[in-house]
Amino acid sequence: MTEKRTVEVALGTSGMDERGRPVTVPLGVQTTELAVDEAPDLGGEHMLINIGPQHPATHGVLRLVVELDGEVVVRVIPHVGYLHSGFEKLGEYRHYNQIIPLTDRMDYLAPMSNNVCFALAAEKLMGIEITERCRVLRVIACEMSRIISHLVWVGTTGIDLGAFTPFLWLFQERERIYNLQEEWTGARLTTSLTRVGGLMADIPTGFEDRLRQFLKTFPVALDDTDRVLTRNGVFVGRTQGIGVLTGAEAINYSLSGPMLRASGVPYDVRKDRPYLGYETYDFDVPVGEHGDVYDRYLVRFEEMRQSARILEQALDRLPDGPINVDDHRVILPPKHAAMNDMESMIHHFKQVMEGVPAPVGEAYFPVEGPKGELGYYLVSDGTAKPVRWRVRPPAFINLAAIEKMSVGHLLSDLIAINASVDIVMGEVDR
Amino acid sequence: MNPSADALQRQFGAAIRRVTESCGDTIVTIDPARNVEILGWLKDAPGQAYDYLVDVTAVEYRDAELPLEVVYELFSLSRKAPLRLKVPLLKDRPLELDSVVPLWAGANWLEREVFDMFGVTFRGHPDLRRILMWETYAEGYPLRKDFPLRGRFSRSEQVRQALNANPEAHYSMDELHIAEAYHELPGDMRERLARGERGRIPEPESGRDD
Amino acid sequence: MGVTPHPTAAAGLELASPNWLTTKLDWLVNWARSNSMWPMPFGTACCAIEFMATAAARYDIARFGMERMSFSPRQADVLLCAGRLPFKLAPVIRRIYDQMPQPKWVISMGACASSGGIFDNYAMVQGIDTVVPVDVYVPGCPPRPEGLLYGILLLQKKIRGETLADPAIRVERSLDERGLPLAPERIDELSEPFGNSLHQTRSA
Repeated sequence: MTEKRTVEVALGTSGMDERGRPVTVPLGVQTTELAVDEAPDLGGEHMLINIGPQHPATHGVLRLVVELDGEVVVRVIPHVGYLHSGFEKLGEYRHYNQIIPLTDRMDYLAPMSNNVCFALAAEKLMGIEITERCRVLRVIACEMSRIISHLVWVGTTGIDLGAFTPFLWLFQERERIYNLQEEWTGARLTTSLTRVGGLMADIPTGFEDRLRQFLKTFPVALDDTDRVLTRNGVFVGRTQGIGVLTGAEAINYSLSGPMLRASGVPYDVRKDRPYLGYETYDFDVPVGEHGDVYDRYLVRFEEMRQSARILEQALDRLPDGPINVDDHRVILPPKHAAMNDMESMIHHFKQVMEGVPAPVGEAYFPVEGPKGELGYYLVSDGTAKPVRWRVRPPAFINLAAIEKMSVGHLLSDLIAINASVDIVMGEVDR
Repeated sequence: MNPSADALQRQFGAAIRRVTESCGDTIVTIDPARNVEILGWLKDAPGQAYDYLVDVTAVEYRDAELPLEVVYELFSLSRKAPLRLKVPLLKDRPLELDSVVPLWAGANWLEREVFDMFGVTFRGHPDLRRILMWETYAEGYPLRKDFPLRGRFSRSEQVRQALNANPEAHYSMDELHIAEAYHELPGDMRERLARGERGRIPEPESGRDD
Repeated sequence: MGVTPHPTAAAGLELASPNWLTTKLDWLVNWARSNSMWPMPFGTACCAIEFMATAAARYDIARFGMERMSFSPRQADVLLCAGRLPFKLAPVIRRIYDQMPQPKWVISMGACASSGGIFDNYAMVQGIDTVVPVDVYVPGCPPRPEGLLYGILLLQKKIRGETLADPAIRVERSLDERGLPLAPERIDELSEPFGNSLHQTRSA
């Protein structure tokens, strides 16, 4: 305001009125000049627009019905259920080990964490104590899953906000983890890693070296992405102050995971309700302050670094020993025993044909999944198939808060907020 | 055993029907008529402070005589203590319960899902509509035990109903108000919404009871 | 073939079809179409992640001319249904298919899109071919990126075998008066359970 621009001198006016607000140039004959906010309201109606269910920025088949006043969001009504696959119903018709392949397909960005959570819930229900090697391997699986889920999140959030390159870099890192997952389980994505009482297979030879090699090169990719995004003017401008939720609101909306921690609530299931020996690992849980999209980005980014830290420790302490519990009612006998020894053959037959019966009871087991608190609630009536298999879906519950976060923001902010919730529709809709 | 179970029995007496433990979790079965009161006390009482609602769901047992139970999983962030509450609903009368959305906003979608999958109506819920199936889904409540795995209708009928559903339908009163799409709804639905009824899905034509 | 005159006949060339000119024109058109298909990614579930991996740097779908994803069906050539299709999503895919202009093809990626996959239940369409006509099925759960690329190459081979003279290829198959794409018996036949699905429907 202090230096006059040439154009103002030429026009003889600063473009601002005496209150410092910009002056509109009236079209047509008008005797008075109006400041912008005194101009008559054009009386526009609100628009109701439909985003999705097929839309590149909705991260899956989500439908948002948005009421807009110009570009400002007045109301957001999310419609979910476009990927409802009847998982919970299917679970009632499957043995416990047959449900494990189903769990891969819910949060398909981090399949091993679903597998581990279900196995832990079934083992809690059946009262089975797993071996130490299995425990450490499951920690490795969970943290690998956390990394790949957050890699997708950073990549796709970057795309939503206009940054395409980190997506390609981070997907290359994901391919490295996919190679490791494929070596271990045979599948890149639908891993079905765990079984009740153990794992499907031990890690192959050379796996530890290859994982350590990944951990050497992974921070390089993270640093590259950090350099490109974290202090990028466009990224910061589009994410700071957007979609703010206070800690009390976040608790009331039952949010969990990075959504909750970015709002300042330090609840992490690994620290507060530890499982798999997490209390013996040395790692930090990043907690944000402002509860906006930028804080969620910072929390997830740092979580990836902490996961790498946990992976190093897990590799260092990986003990030798069996991966499966030594219980013939639960674990299939080795093939050579089943083919040669009558008792093993009968155990094999009973487990495959009748499944493993769980005692009457129920169990809820939460883990810290990459999206939030993922919990499986199993109710058993003494048979081999659960009476009720409930998935506590973190993405579903986190998504419900989208209206609270978006009202008053612009439409492009709604896309950023939607990205920050980190939804995966397979888990939202089950 | 979570000490909250004893505190509940002292506070509410006969409304606490049963306290059990399973696999290390404490489960308290309560009277359906007082669920909001009991959950509110658990949330606000200073020694309890169950400020985090983990989950709301329902369980129907294979034994048809057992009641359908609505399950609330709570967690106290400050005391790091979990608690499970169960509310039994007898199946020979309408499945209705008071909504806990005034206590926890997170219960909104969770109760809608219980309604969609089990047919439990939550009184006082701000917007009780189906959430995972489409609003006019006529086959029933999928997670009930008398609902067959593949659904009640034939596959071609399911495809026909699905393809004839309007993908642009707006069914909350908010959206209808904005879009003035009210006149596009079928007549019986207009009447239901105008009466302020939520969640009375027309019975499937086969007359089967869900 | 030969039901309608080949486009070269409109130029007044009284040539019998097929001939050297018509085959060359067909070759040119098919070459152009097959090497620059713009996919409409209808990604729903896990297969969509493998599709994204196919589009990313390691497997690079751009080698086949398909890197330009068209999120508007009006500009798309091939509808790539990657993932399971629940009944709630069926009218959406049908509407998107109807919005695509001819020539259009459909690739059904994954077991769930091809047959309902592991989800033989109340909520899942048992194969998108009960809702839209499909050209290539890519089995797998999820198919590896190489598998999807093989499916794309098969579609390219199919396109190279087409001819402009046959209008039956390009007929717009819309829904009939009942609102169904096929006869109900045919839909039931396509949706019939098979394999393990026959035996895994007992709850206790």
